[in-house]
Amino acid sequence: MALPKYTEPHYRVWHYFYLFICTCVFFFLIAPLFVIFPLSFNAEEFLVFSDGMKRLDPDAFSLRWYKDMIYGTKNPWGLAAKNSFIIALFATLGSVILGTVAALGLSSRHMPYKGIIMAALISPMIVPLIISGVAIFFFMAKVGLAATHTGIVLAHIVLGTPFVVITVTATLSGFDHSVTRAAASLGSDPVNTFMKITLPLILPGVISGGLFAFVTSFDEVVVVLFLAGLDNTTIPIQMWTGLREQLSPTILAVATCLIILSTLILVTAELLRRRSERIRGINR
Amino acid sequence: MSSETQKILTTDGIPLEESLKKAEKKNKLKAFLLVCPLLLFLIITYVFPIGDMLFRSIDDRMVTNMLPKTYKAMEKWDGKDLPDEEVFEAFYLDYKKLVEEKTFGKLATQLNYEKNGFKSILKKLKRKMKKFEEGNYKEQIMGVHKRWANVEYWRALKRRAPAYSYSKYLKGVDMYENENGKIVQVPEDRRVHKILWVRTVEVAFFVTVLCFLMAYPIAHLLATLPMKYSNLLMICVLLPFWTSLLVRTASWMILLQQQGIVNDFFVWIGLVSDENRPEMMYNKTGTYVAMTQILLPFMVLPLYSVMKTISPSLMRAGKSLGGTPFVAFWKVYFPLTIPGIGAGCLLVFILAIGYYITPALVGGASGTLISNQIAFHMKSTLDWSFASAMGLMLLTGVLAIYWVYNKLVGVDNIKLG
Repeated sequence: MALPKYTEPHYRVWHYFYLFICTCVFFFLIAPLFVIFPLSFNAEEFLVFSDGMKRLDPDAFSLRWYKDMIYGTKNPWGLAAKNSFIIALFATLGSVILGTVAALGLSSRHMPYKGIIMAALISPMIVPLIISGVAIFFFMAKVGLAATHTGIVLAHIVLGTPFVVITVTATLSGFDHSVTRAAASLGSDPVNTFMKITLPLILPGVISGGLFAFVTSFDEVVVVLFLAGLDNTTIPIQMWTGLREQLSPTILAVATCLIILSTLILVTAELLRRRSERIRGINR
Repeated sequence: MSSETQKILTTDGIPLEESLKKAEKKNKLKAFLLVCPLLLFLIITYVFPIGDMLFRSIDDRMVTNMLPKTYKAMEKWDGKDLPDEEVFEAFYLDYKKLVEEKTFGKLATQLNYEKNGFKSILKKLKRKMKKFEEGNYKEQIMGVHKRWANVEYWRALKRRAPAYSYSKYLKGVDMYENENGKIVQVPEDRRVHKILWVRTVEVAFFVTVLCFLMAYPIAHLLATLPMKYSNLLMICVLLPFWTSLLVRTASWMILLQQQGIVNDFFVWIGLVSDENRPEMMYNKTGTYVAMTQILLPFMVLPLYSVMKTISPSLMRAGKSLGGTPFVAFWKVYFPLTIPGIGAGCLLVFILAIGYYITPALVGGASGTLISNQIAFHMKSTLDWSFASAMGLMLLTGVLAIYWVYNKLVGVDNIKLG
């Protein structure tokens, strides 16, 4: 943002001060994430930069914590990763199906009590997780689903659907309904119209909602803390235990992997968002 | 011509108006049926459990059902002096049954919540009871421990007689119902919950203010920069947003520890000496710093989406009409961003007030919030009805803010990335 030549000096100073503030805030946002990378390659057990690392001595760096993460004795991470992926996949599937169908209904201009129902459907995102956790725990214990994968998946569907509802209704707000009417006039039944016409057009919104649901489930720790037994441990649960008991560099190795995963998801989500904006742009 | 024939008919011979109404009704039903599966699912797995929590928080039948004879006998007792032999005998019979069923431990725990010291005298009574002789139970029970002759304990017992009570809610705000049935505050040194409520609101408020102060300039920068730069900078906002909460908390634990980088930096610039590095974690500072960074994206995104829609020519017009850039900003730009400020602040406040993970990890004793207390009662003291009561009090607060949010912003305007 270049300043025009006629800018008075004190505004010039103010402008540079503003840029300086912005830089500081961006630094505050992003820098903490980058501390984890180098420390996860630490050859020593401590979570500080050793003298060797400061001198960039190659011997001070090692992959031992990554090896520990994969091959370590009594290693919990393998099971945790497996559980996390299974739970997140099923939770995403459930959230996407329930959320997309509900969003179709909510976007219809005939929908009665739209405001209240929308507010109710989104509430699991707003209600503090600890309350959701306690309530869902009582429920799952009552129906005998505590400490089972099914129970955790159901809980995560509850937490994930609001994101799908929000993204899909947002996508549908720019949707041209005359195409579905055209399909119907050509003799297509509603299910066929949805699969062949509507779904391909709103797919970016559906997928990005699905990504949100996936991340919500994959990262969720509060509800799982109440629900999980020993067999249902997940990556967040292991990290939580590790952070509470002793911060070992193995956790940093896991954290690095998670940052890489979230970067991939971010890139996918951004590409989808742009694609969906482009599609909406054409429709207008 | 009568008015009947003027009505337009469809090909089926039905008046058009009626036919249209029918079609509208059908469409309404169709839309509602689409929402139904999710609505039903949420009612069963979410709304119903929260209702169950409400029931649990007032449900006090456990003690009532454990001592049926005692409470029957107590009906006649006025609560002034020690109850008479009849009550003692009923209590003896009830308790004997509980000991036989091996459920007396639950009673002891419950009564101990009501009055400290109940557990030990119940245990002692259990041991001595085996040698009790028939008749004159009052003397015998009072002989076990002097507290059994203290009318306070019998009053505490009687307080648990009703099947439903709101005492857990009173406890949540450091109050209780005293012997005369009046609601009073607990002694000053035992008002732990009030401190937590105040601290929770305080932390949520200041985190919101800090987030706003930091988010406003960068949201403005992102909205005014050319696309290709702003997209790149947007990643700085979105990457933390997508990254695991635990990873971000872990990075703050590394940064803020005593030998951590932030302290190293302070020593290096000479702000503090190497020997007395300040504690920045396991206290309120840690909670503030980590929560602000974690919630910042939730403030930036709504602000950004509002600022994006403000035309830059408005500022230019303000300046060309003689306003200094500051005046133009304050009178033109700032008022236009108020919807975004409202949305961001309410969202951050709602999220902050129920925060659990981050305060639990970096908050220590002085930086924990009400959520941590709920978790503590769920996991450690196992006083689930109290945890439910506290949870519902928090929920009421959050739903009130959510209602305001819905009125001002509308839930369908929540922006995600």
